[in-house]
Amino acid sequence: MTPRLQVDELSVEFDTDEGPVLAVDRMSFTVGPREVVALVGESGCGKSVTSMAILRLLPRRASVTGSISLDGRELTSLSETAIREVRGRDVSMIFQEPMTSLNPSFTIGFQIGEVLRRHEGMSRKQANERAVELLDLVRMPAARTRLREYPHQLSGGMRQRVMIAMAVACSPQVLIADEPTTALDVTIQAQILDILRDLRADVGTSILLITHDLGVVADIADRVEIMYAGHQIESGPVDDLFSRPQHPYTVGLLGAVPRPDLLAEGGSRRLREIPGLVPVLRGLPESCVFAPRCTRATAVCGESMPPLARTGPEQYAACHHAGEDSPVRKGIQA
Amino acid sequence: MTVAVATELTERAQQRRRLRRRFTRRPTAVIGLVGIVVFVLVALFGPLLSPDDPNATNYNAIFVSPFSPGHLLGTDDLGRDVLSRLIVGTRASMEAGVLATLIAAVIGVLCGLFAGYYRGWLDTLVARATDVLLSFPFAVLAVGLASILGPSLTNAIIALAVSLIPTFIRVTRAEVLGLREQDYVQAALVSGATTRFIVFGHILRNCLTPLVVQATVAIPGSIIGAAMLSFLGLGEQPPTASWGTMLSESQNYLGQAAWFALFPGAAIALATLSFNMFGDGLADVLDPKGDQ
Repeated sequence: MTPRLQVDELSVEFDTDEGPVLAVDRMSFTVGPREVVALVGESGCGKSVTSMAILRLLPRRASVTGSISLDGRELTSLSETAIREVRGRDVSMIFQEPMTSLNPSFTIGFQIGEVLRRHEGMSRKQANERAVELLDLVRMPAARTRLREYPHQLSGGMRQRVMIAMAVACSPQVLIADEPTTALDVTIQAQILDILRDLRADVGTSILLITHDLGVVADIADRVEIMYAGHQIESGPVDDLFSRPQHPYTVGLLGAVPRPDLLAEGGSRRLREIPGLVPVLRGLPESCVFAPRCTRATAVCGESMPPLARTGPEQYAACHHAGEDSPVRKGIQA
Repeated sequence: MTVAVATELTERAQQRRRLRRRFTRRPTAVIGLVGIVVFVLVALFGPLLSPDDPNATNYNAIFVSPFSPGHLLGTDDLGRDVLSRLIVGTRASMEAGVLATLIAAVIGVLCGLFAGYYRGWLDTLVARATDVLLSFPFAVLAVGLASILGPSLTNAIIALAVSLIPTFIRVTRAEVLGLREQDYVQAALVSGATTRFIVFGHILRNCLTPLVVQATVAIPGSIIGAAMLSFLGLGEQPPTASWGTMLSESQNYLGQAAWFALFPGAAIALATLSFNMFGDGLADVLDPKGDQ
């Protein structure tokens, strides 16, 4: 299976007043056709920077190295005009904040239609017809009358549907969903995830899901990439990774998820937090980036950042002491 | 097919009707609009409407008081009919008000949009130049420029336009700085929108309300400014009639004939009021959230 989106050794460095900051360090992953890949990590770990690098929308002070290809077509070397054609047509994106992601001055119909008129060269009337279909696709009630409404007349969940309708207007090959459900309440979250699932099945869209919500990941993702401080620290199919986490950070993340089922079995009442903060990297790390917060840290962790190494058939972890059988892990299961 | 076209037409008609209703619900806006229409018509057809030759002097009938037969608003120090001069002078004032504002708005909005959107050295340059120009009071700047350029109506308009540009830049730039960070601008970038559509579609559309307000303040401001320049002898030159020159001529006779100053003053005040009231109404109509 050839991957649809292939990211290879992607590094992003920001030139700031305090010196260079390494936001993403040699990130590599692939998203296959109809695959949902989740990019998971805490705030500031480089998830969103990775997605903006794919669309080439990082500010000029960011220097990007590595390769990003879509169906074998290299995106990093495309001209500005060519990448603009890719945005919204081949790769599109939905955001965390549906309340502010629509322009308050334009009708819903105009905003969905704009994408179609631009990329598909549709007339106003064709675009309107297609917009109704798209709103039906995202299960918007009374789609036709919505076209003339303004964003302030819609609820948050409805606005997110409009955003998704805009994002999939041109049947993109890859949809980047940056925390698509974070700002929505739980019942709407489930509906939005259902819509994403349908899109994958009906339109054949691959989804790169950026989130810190492991519940959402378990619900919809096929594969997971765990990021920490700009580094990919664990990678694998969702079932393997959730049942046999290898990196102490992944173990910690899973331990920080409320698990009523475990509680019912008389498990630990207290959620386990990971002490400390995500560090800001000023350059290539000389030690493991997670070592200061790690329960498994030993002398070797202070000497070098471990590379991703195979720990299972499709699972990789970047840890000197990779393995699920650890005191931390036992603590959670106790 | 025809049905679809028909519904779309009615949709647009409905939208237009809704906007009209939103506007007409505000009596002040309607009064303002009526005032503007009257002033514009008078400006366009002034020479046809004036009962008398505005420049015909009659030394046998100077300072005829208002409401006299043949001279509804009386005559001035040279026996010229005040009503005729007022009507013919409307064009110069309106021209100055509208043209100066239009020129200033186009240049100021473009500078503000690009400076605010692109930032960088362009923005620094534009913002500092604006600061320098704004450090002069409007009147001082206009008078200074007009005296450098030389007295004429065209030069007065240029001087007023230049003096108005910095406020337009500042209003636009301030709006753009906030709007460019909006999520919908980011969303437009992500969906492949061109810079042109982002700047002139997304951003300019959301600056419109403050800009319309700014323009409706600037038009009466430059009407007054034009009157001020002609009052100082820097605008329209006598004997050509304009509200400003009439005021200027009247000041020597305030003791004998106060009404001589009253009529051009009232014309300036009424024109100013019309534009301000219309502008307030328009700002409400342009806000999509006002329709509730």
